[in-house]
Amino acid sequence: MGLETKPLSTLHERSSYNVADFDVPTGREEEWRFTPLSRLKGLHNGTAAASGTVDVTVDAAPEVTVETVGRDDARIGKAYVPADRISAQAYASFEKATVLTVPREAVASRPSVITLRGSGDGAAYGHIVVKVEAMAEAVVVLDHGGSAVYADNVEFVVGDGATLKVVSLQDWDDDAVHVSHHHAQLAKDATFRSFVVTLGGDVVRLSPSVSYTAPGGDADLTGLYFVDAGQHLEHRLLVEHTVPNCRSNVTYKGALQGEDAHAVWIGDVIIRAEAEGTDTYELNRNLILTDGARADSVPNLEILTGEVAGAGHASASGRLDDEQVFYLQARGIPFDEARRLVIHGFFAQLLEKIEVEEIRERVLAAVEAELAR
Amino acid sequence: MPTLEIRDLHVAVGDKEILRGVDLTVRSGETHAIMGPNGSGKSTLAYALAGHPKYTITSGTVLLDGEDLLEMKVDERARAGLFLAMQYPVEVPGVSVSNFLRSAITAVRGEAPKLREFAKDLKAGMDALSIDPAFAQRNTNEGFSGGEKKRHEILQLELLKPKIAILDETDSGLDVDALRVVSEGINRFRGLDASGADTGSGVDTGVLLITHYTRILRYVKPDFVHVFAAGRIVEEGGPELAEKLENEGYEAYTKASA
Ligand SMILES: Nc1ncnc2c1ncn2[C@@H]1O[C@H](COP(=O)(O)OP(=O)(O)OP(=O)(O)O)[C@@H](O)[C@H]1O
Ligand SMILES: [Mg+2]
Repeated sequence: MGLETKPLSTLHERSSYNVADFDVPTGREEEWRFTPLSRLKGLHNGTAAASGTVDVTVDAAPEVTVETVGRDDARIGKAYVPADRISAQAYASFEKATVLTVPREAVASRPSVITLRGSGDGAAYGHIVVKVEAMAEAVVVLDHGGSAVYADNVEFVVGDGATLKVVSLQDWDDDAVHVSHHHAQLAKDATFRSFVVTLGGDVVRLSPSVSYTAPGGDADLTGLYFVDAGQHLEHRLLVEHTVPNCRSNVTYKGALQGEDAHAVWIGDVIIRAEAEGTDTYELNRNLILTDGARADSVPNLEILTGEVAGAGHASASGRLDDEQVFYLQARGIPFDEARRLVIHGFFAQLLEKIEVEEIRERVLAAVEAELAR
Repeated sequence: MPTLEIRDLHVAVGDKEILRGVDLTVRSGETHAIMGPNGSGKSTLAYALAGHPKYTITSGTVLLDGEDLLEMKVDERARAGLFLAMQYPVEVPGVSVSNFLRSAITAVRGEAPKLREFAKDLKAGMDALSIDPAFAQRNTNEGFSGGEKKRHEILQLELLKPKIAILDETDSGLDVDALRVVSEGINRFRGLDASGADTGSGVDTGVLLITHYTRILRYVKPDFVHVFAAGRIVEEGGPELAEKLENEGYEAYTKASA
């Protein structure tokens, strides 16, 4: 398979399964300019041999089938073609893939949890496919932890009228490097909910993307990140509206504290000429809690049709609101507690979106732990 | 007996001097009204007393019960018994009224209220101020109308029971019914019943009420009225002074101090 070029748009024009189709990034490319390549431990230039391990264990709902398959499985790479060098490297390098299938009309009775645990030295590559067949419903949790140098691709294939809710938690050890693509492909009237929480790791670069194969698809992508000193946490979103009457909503919020804490958020939404009746909105907000932290936030909305139902974006990065803290303090609440309440408030609407109680509690606890640092 | 003593207070914003020597003593059981033209520094006085970081005290002293108020942090002042109902209450997204009030009560009392007791007090307080119980779950001040924000300030006043309350234009923007409801709240805090008779429950509280209008002073009767102009108090008198100001305006004072 050769290089495919999509001439209509200036964004994300290349995709290929073949590593050689992508040049080794130098850092000058638009898609790499924010990423600290020197900290990727070779994932981007072919020097990261697959000598490490990231253990994948699945605790699935009884209605969901789980398989570990080889590279030649027909279901792999159907929904997503790698869009950058590391993604292609991961595609070329993984040995076993994990495939979850929610059969037609099945409603999973509890969340299916995929636990990924890195165990130290050496790079590892992975691939996951989650297939939700027509009219089926499921909640899937991706729980990343441990120490790793890990690149992977995750395909979410959501069938006609099906609903998939995903929570992806990146809470790696301090030295971990994780570069990942999450692609959701939505069929007719499919519903996709993604909740990304990125807290731990030296460098995490996660690229969630969405495509639609038929009208009526509805994607809601939410993200929460907390960046500490020295961390680089990057989220690159792409929603590509190629069919009429689909909806997308992206809301990412992050807090940053400490020297050289760096957050990057790229929000690309493309509405192609044929995607009439599209309704889309994307928002990114960053709360910069200390000097020395930096947030780069770049929304790109490209509209190639005159007939949209709604399209907008907003991005803002700012300090903790002194007036809010003053108001709370003026009621006797000590500074630290006032600050905690305001930051909590900043994330509150997002947290309410996590419908699974136990996961919401866990994320809440993780945010509390970050605030206590 | 709580007393707020302000002596020769000078306050600047940036390098602009706004308060130019304020002297005022508020004792418990007393209600003082401050009236004065826009921009004369009334809110500046209120914020400076509460400890807002934008306002720099350049000289003067403020004692609350003999303790140096200006040495205390914002939250310490509140815990020492000072309360400021703000002219423009701040919206705090994502923090519910109920969570906010519980945190404030916990801080001021030094221990968390029992959940059941808190729920009961909150309900009673909201009922008394005709606040819809649904507000407990709304985000603090977010999307509240002007009048709703002011009622919410008085709710806090009644729940936190400070020693000295500064009310900055709590009456502005209220319709006649809301004005009555809010005034009754202030009077409950002062230990007065609806007819203005002392109930004996508010003896330890003093009120400093900043306003442009005498209509609130018909409900909340002041013992003293002060005229504020160009950053200082330029005249003092009894309730009759308020009527005079409303009829004649501030021209006499603004000319004199210019
Ligand atoms: N934070 C600030 N930054 C800049 N200027 C300020 C600030 N606060 C007050 N001032 C200025 O100080 C002066 C007094 O303002 P203040 O708000 O205290 O007046 P006020 O008497 O409360 O007026 P009003 O009756 O309109 O509420 C005004 O000229 C105002 O512009
Ligand atoms: Mg004012």
